[in-house]
Amino acid sequence: MLNKIYDWIDERLDVTPIWRDIADHEVPEHVNPAHHFSAFVYCFGGLTFFVVVIQILSGMFLTMYYVPDIENAWESVRYLQTEVAHGQIVRGMHHWGASVVIVMIFLHTLRVFFQGAYKKPRELNWVVGVLLFFVILGLGFTGYLLPWDNKAFFATQVGLEIAESVPFIGTEIKTLLAGDPTIVGAQTLTRFFAIHVFFLPAVLFGLLAAHFIMIRRQGISGPL
Amino acid sequence: MQKGKGMKFVGDSRIKVGPKQTIPKDYSEYPGRTEPFWPNFLLKEWLVGAVFLIGFLCLVAAHPSPLEIKADPNTSGYIPLPDWYFLFLYELLKYEFAAAEYVVIGTIGIPGLAFGALLLAPFLDSKPGRRPTQRPIAVILMLLAVVSVFWLTYESASAVNWEERAEYSVSNMTEVEVDKDHAGYEVYANNCMSCHGDSLQGVPGMAPDLVDLPYDAAAIKDIAQNGIGEMPADMFTGSDEELNQLADFIMTASGGEAAEGEGEGSDSEDSSEGEDSAE
Repeated sequence: MLNKIYDWIDERLDVTPIWRDIADHEVPEHVNPAHHFSAFVYCFGGLTFFVVVIQILSGMFLTMYYVPDIENAWESVRYLQTEVAHGQIVRGMHHWGASVVIVMIFLHTLRVFFQGAYKKPRELNWVVGVLLFFVILGLGFTGYLLPWDNKAFFATQVGLEIAESVPFIGTEIKTLLAGDPTIVGAQTLTRFFAIHVFFLPAVLFGLLAAHFIMIRRQGISGPL
Repeated sequence: MQKGKGMKFVGDSRIKVGPKQTIPKDYSEYPGRTEPFWPNFLLKEWLVGAVFLIGFLCLVAAHPSPLEIKADPNTSGYIPLPDWYFLFLYELLKYEFAAAEYVVIGTIGIPGLAFGALLLAPFLDSKPGRRPTQRPIAVILMLLAVVSVFWLTYESASAVNWEERAEYSVSNMTEVEVDKDHAGYEVYANNCMSCHGDSLQGVPGMAPDLVDLPYDAAAIKDIAQNGIGEMPADMFTGSDEELNQLADFIMTASGGEAAEGEGEGSDSEDSSEGEDSAE
């Protein structure tokens, strides 16, 4: 039955090459922890992606309860944490995932750096990877404000002051982020929410796609 | 395979002229035991992911994510603290050469240089040799950067008074059901609420909660008038009757009414015996 459906689609759209492109490649011995245990360092990139997937899924569920306005944001997080079934686990996954993804991306960066895997022909993939690092730091910064507790509020104030210290365009950057040159308030929360949930994830998906397409085209770097 | 501008297509389509290449090159250039990604290697990767997920969920289960009291811009004396992975940048701003009039060095200069170099690493370190020994400058710079990030994070985290911060946590907040119809509530609102919170829960850094106090009513009256510890005298301004109401309110709210509802239930069986005469 499933085979017939697949054949029917494949006959019309020729989908086999699409997934074959992804599935059909050989994994060389030097990156396979089954042959050399030290090759576990090659897992860091995949695990980073794994945590990113956890973040996306848990974040999608969080937005079912979260209310991005200053009256209700904190109350909704508290409600989620104390009243909603498994709410504490879902928020916990998103909270700790944010830290774990930083740890994993740090380890992945160090692995690639010390192995010199960014050298020709993989320069562009390294640049995209570092941009991904920036985007994830941005997600961490904007997500920190959303529970609208004291910690979030005051840390964001400092963060915005740092943005303001940029020469020439500092005030403009701050206004763009916070919605107002001086106030950290209702506008700031909705903007950070929009950046955290729409803008940065969109950039993240694009960069991730580029990162993976480049890996598939170039293959993983050889042993040292 | 033909690449780039000279590539030919069939008609106006995106289909390339020439033999179809759907299967990427194999890794026979690397000596050793290669393995197909699908399905052999993916099954092993799956295992690594599962083990990782178990560890991650243990962390989540062991440590509920923190939440502090609702944002209040008027909280005085609150020391801002970013998430831990920004601490090293935050700590940088405490050094003289990166603070006050030089703050641009700390906020943009040094981080911009470091992250810019990270972004452009392949072009700064462009010789073909990949081994760390073949590119000592890049490796030493990276090691220095990693050590300083760890050091700055450690310095920043060790300067934080975590116990004091825990006072702001919701989980350490005292939850009190307050009877707002009580005669003393209004007295409380007029005299004590600004420091002790709207439901006796206390305000971190200002005044403690007023729940389960080790005092009797007389002592509470005395404290309200004469102060105790950091609490100054004459905080209470009102009549003696109001003072009595206030003391009563605080005593009942902090659990002084637990003596009701005992002694029931034990002899209910005996009493129902002779009463089946409803017909």
